[in-house]
Amino acid sequence: MEKQAKKEKEVKEPKNVVIDIKNLKKSFGSLKVLDGIELQLHEKENLVVLGKSGSGKSVLIKCIVSLLKHDKGSITVGKHELTDISDEDLIKVRKKIGFLFQGAALYDSMTVRENLTFALSRIKEKFSKEEINTKIIEALENVGLPDSIDKMPSELSGGMKKRIGLARTLVVHPEIILYDEPTTGLDPITSNEISDLINETKAKFNNSSIIITHDINCVKKVADRIIMIKDGKIYKEGTLEEFTNDDDTYIQSFFK
Amino acid sequence: MPKQLHKPDEVSLDSPSFLTRIQEQSLSFFIDMANATQYLKTVFKNFVTKKFEFQEFLKQCYQIGNKSVGLISITGVIIGLVLTIQSRPPLVQFGAVAMLPGMVAISIIREMGPVITALICAGKIGSSMGAELGSMRVSEQIDAMEVSNTHPINFLVIPRVFAAIVMIPLLTLYADAIGILGSWLGINIKDDMSLRYFITQAFVNVDFMDIIPAVIKSFFFGAVIGLVGCYKGYNAGRGTESVGIAANSAVVTASLLLIIVDLIAVQITDLL
Repeated sequence: MEKQAKKEKEVKEPKNVVIDIKNLKKSFGSLKVLDGIELQLHEKENLVVLGKSGSGKSVLIKCIVSLLKHDKGSITVGKHELTDISDEDLIKVRKKIGFLFQGAALYDSMTVRENLTFALSRIKEKFSKEEINTKIIEALENVGLPDSIDKMPSELSGGMKKRIGLARTLVVHPEIILYDEPTTGLDPITSNEISDLINETKAKFNNSSIIITHDINCVKKVADRIIMIKDGKIYKEGTLEEFTNDDDTYIQSFFK
Repeated sequence: MPKQLHKPDEVSLDSPSFLTRIQEQSLSFFIDMANATQYLKTVFKNFVTKKFEFQEFLKQCYQIGNKSVGLISITGVIIGLVLTIQSRPPLVQFGAVAMLPGMVAISIIREMGPVITALICAGKIGSSMGAELGSMRVSEQIDAMEVSNTHPINFLVIPRVFAAIVMIPLLTLYADAIGILGSWLGINIKDDMSLRYFITQAFVNVDFMDIIPAVIKSFFFGAVIGLVGCYKGYNAGRGTESVGIAANSAVVTASLLLIIVDLIAVQITDLL
């Protein structure tokens, strides 16, 4: 009864919108990848984006950090609208957002320590060497890999790379984290660990996240809300329960 | 059965597919030129307006020197040696063997040293820049850098280009010295000449107008190697195959441009 009341309260109280996407369109030549996407990410929410390969999920989050320029529509992050954004404002937007790439994208020529130091040194806040060291060790402890500090990326396994990638994202304390297929290519045990880490990160830092994934176990663990993209449009939006109870064959092909 | 004169997939000149291909290739050439111009503009603008990554520049200087010095030493000695051995018989015929050290020294300082060093560095450094930046592009490291509020041109391209501009002239002077030493070894195969006498003979006809244009030329060679290597890697495609293409294309394009720059430099030097 108490749980029901809490849920109702959560529904009635509108949360702040941290990312607001309206009528987003993106094409590559004649290929329409995103065709009028409408999406809102709320504060302290894990939003999972589902869709088959090539449906434009990664393009969507790359548009959010302006790695790709959208053709039409608007993307608002906090107070900033990304269309024709100035370089200074783009820096402010990117400071709010952490991005975990599919292959972790650790800099090959740098050690784990240097990878994290690089991220810290680029946020234009001056830290002493001791502060940097403390922050790096704290970030590595958060992902359970404090012993890897002096290793090169080539010495790490796929799962470790993802964790270090997450540590590099977390070290700058972003308000929003974009996960691009965080469990792809990992064994079920490591996938579960990464999913748990996504939840732990949210619990500890109260950040909002967009998680791109095909991994239904990950979806079941982390999703507060799910959207499914098909043919460049939002096919369905809802909770995990609404998705699992839906009779639509396309949706069920993901959840079976 | 008559002998087949044309391959089945060969097309005649008036075939529309041939014209389409020409059109596509011309378009691709102009797109590439536009991208290269935009790239040069960004490199120059960011060099003037943004903070210079000095640590990265020093690291790249070390990398370039360290990677090339061994190869340049071996090639330098061999070039000096071969040039001397090849030039000796005609000079002996004319009784001008005493001019051998001076002639070899001028050839090495004016042309062989700068060009051979630049071509070796185009192969060694240009390909390595193309492959490194290409693999960073493929594995999204360049995107990760951009998301971390670091312009990849500032961190990856500008320090590499300027390291090449600084290091190629230094390596050229080193190659000149080693090449002249190789020439002394070459002379001592048939004759007996002290190093001191050889050096005196070698530099008797060399003046600053032989050295300075060659050094200036090698600054431009450095710029070509750095800019082309980084451009090819930075603009590599997304597949792993693109890394190989970027490395290969960096060497081929840089080598061709080096020869063109050398031709222009020789014409300008000739006017002076």
